[in-house]
Amino acid sequence: MYEGVVQDLIDELGRLPGVGPKGAQRIAFHLLAADPADVRRLVAAITEVKERVHFCRVCGNVAQDEECRICRDPRRDVTVLCVVEEPKDVVAIERTREFRGRYHVLGGAISPIEGVGPDDLRVRELMTRLADGVVTELILATDPNLEGEATATYLARLVKPMGLTVTRLASGLPVGGDLEYADEVTLGRAFEGRRLIDV
Amino acid sequence: MHVAHLSLTDFRSYPTLELPLDPGVTALIGPNGQGKTNLVEAVGYLATLGSHRVAHDGPLVRQGAERAVLRASVLRERRSTLIELELTPGKANRARVNRAPVPRPREILGLLRTVLFAPEDLALVKGDPAERRRYLDELLVTRTPRMAGVRADYDRVLKQRTALLRSAGAAMRGGGGDLRTLDVWDAHLAEVGAELLGARLDLVTALDPLVRRSYRELSRDPGPAPVAMGYRSSLGEQVELTSDRHVLAAALQAAMAQRRREELERGLCLVGPHRDDVLLRLGEFPAKGYASHGESWSLALSLRLAAFELLSTESGGDQPVLVLDDVFAELDTSRRARLADLVAKAEQVLVTAAVPEDVPEALDGARVDVCAGEVRRVR
Ligand SMILES: Nc1ncnc2c1ncn2[C@@H]1O[C@H](COP(=O)(O)OP(=O)(O)OP(=O)(O)O)[C@@H](O)[C@H]1O
Ligand SMILES: [Mg+2]
Ligand SMILES: [Zn+2]
Repeated sequence: MYEGVVQDLIDELGRLPGVGPKGAQRIAFHLLAADPADVRRLVAAITEVKERVHFCRVCGNVAQDEECRICRDPRRDVTVLCVVEEPKDVVAIERTREFRGRYHVLGGAISPIEGVGPDDLRVRELMTRLADGVVTELILATDPNLEGEATATYLARLVKPMGLTVTRLASGLPVGGDLEYADEVTLGRAFEGRRLIDV
Repeated sequence: MHVAHLSLTDFRSYPTLELPLDPGVTALIGPNGQGKTNLVEAVGYLATLGSHRVAHDGPLVRQGAERAVLRASVLRERRSTLIELELTPGKANRARVNRAPVPRPREILGLLRTVLFAPEDLALVKGDPAERRRYLDELLVTRTPRMAGVRADYDRVLKQRTALLRSAGAAMRGGGGDLRTLDVWDAHLAEVGAELLGARLDLVTALDPLVRRSYRELSRDPGPAPVAMGYRSSLGEQVELTSDRHVLAAALQAAMAQRRREELERGLCLVGPHRDDVLLRLGEFPAKGYASHGESWSLALSLRLAAFELLSTESGGDQPVLVLDDVFAELDTSRRARLADLVAKAEQVLVTAAVPEDVPEALDGARVDVCAGEVRRVR
């Protein structure tokens, strides 16, 4: 254990995803030794994202304003809605240029181990969005792993009475992985070959 | 197939090791605690991504080292494959095949196939159901490497569903409770569970005649009782066990629906292949609890011999590497001789023993002395 504030910093850093106790310690001592101007720039960048970047009130994607760029874009097809787990999945799908509809970001996937159920995701917001009948196809693009599949199945069952076309990305994505790690070509093909989900 | 070369870095007691190997029999000889089992454990790990002695990687890395590296060059029909595996406890292990990194270690499964006999095998007969399930599942993965993914998915569904049963059960007792997502996990457990269960049933069907034959050949005691292998599923007796995945999935789902209350109360998944057992019978009795020590040994060896037969036949005669860790010392003279005869003609046999006299004559071949983590080819 280190003295007061140093240990506080290590603890805070250790909370970040992908940073273990050893890594936290390394970053902390790097910051201690760094040029104060560099550290101030880092602090400013962190403060700024927290102040300026919000989550889009429509889709849940990151946005600089109330609504994100995609939700504001009148050229996007409002009848097709693609459901993803995280904002980074929006970025991955946008890279493929295959999709011209809009998104809905859930903020994760159902995972009882981590205590995440439907109420912890933006599921209610999704149902509200679908209520007016404008959307006719719902694409479930959750990750191709167990939790992603479970979330997709859950949503498919939930919206079934609404009579929408519900599709899931074609197989061919690396199973057990994250959507964001699929290369553009594979992800693009998975989009093109999406299949009807039957629950 | 056979291992032509094994090299280790910081694995168990070995800071470094280079061991060239030939086809045929190689006896690894040395006093207790010198590192014989460590060597064959490494070979087994490269084949199964697991140790026959420990469930976690921690003890496999040499005391004080951060990671272990295992390398084997495997010759199969005159084609050589270099398999490399880096074990770092607490982190993801990494693998390379012919020097090219593979996305995950699972990709190396099937490149080296082994059947390992060890003193621990007695637990296949005398131990808990988990031992027998592990025997089946390990063989499933060796037989069809794709099953490694099914196994991993099944374990994960099980964890998720158990977590949900716990929290939903607790919430229900508090008056609330949200069972909307339980249906989804039921469906997933049924789907993946049916795949695992079906594969196990197919495997038991294929193994049963081979186990019977091996047992007959091993124990030519006056009139050995006939052995039989069967499968007991958590679905109970009323369900006819077919290996049709759709039928099995429906049966699993129905059983979960029926036992939902109990599952919620206990916070446990009570239905599925993780609750199953392999039934071994000796004459009229279940082997566990009835078989004598010698009979239990013969049966355990028969299970391994059957695995060897099955893998050899199904791959067009390409035999897995046979590893016999310290088993001869456990057997009486006649079983010893018969086992030796049965395995002597395998493409490669690695035998460990404390003294050369423990290796039956039929297994004459190369000899490597193992002493204090040093190996020396003496013959
Ligand atoms: N992670 C480790 N780091 C260092 N040494 C280890 C490690 N794991 C095991 N050992 C040592 O390896 C030795 C055991 O080796 P091994 O099990 O191969 O013995 P053996 O030659 O098969 O003996 P036996 O004839 O009794 O079966 C023990 O002395 C043990 O302390
Ligand atoms: Mg040993
Ligand atoms: Zn938006």
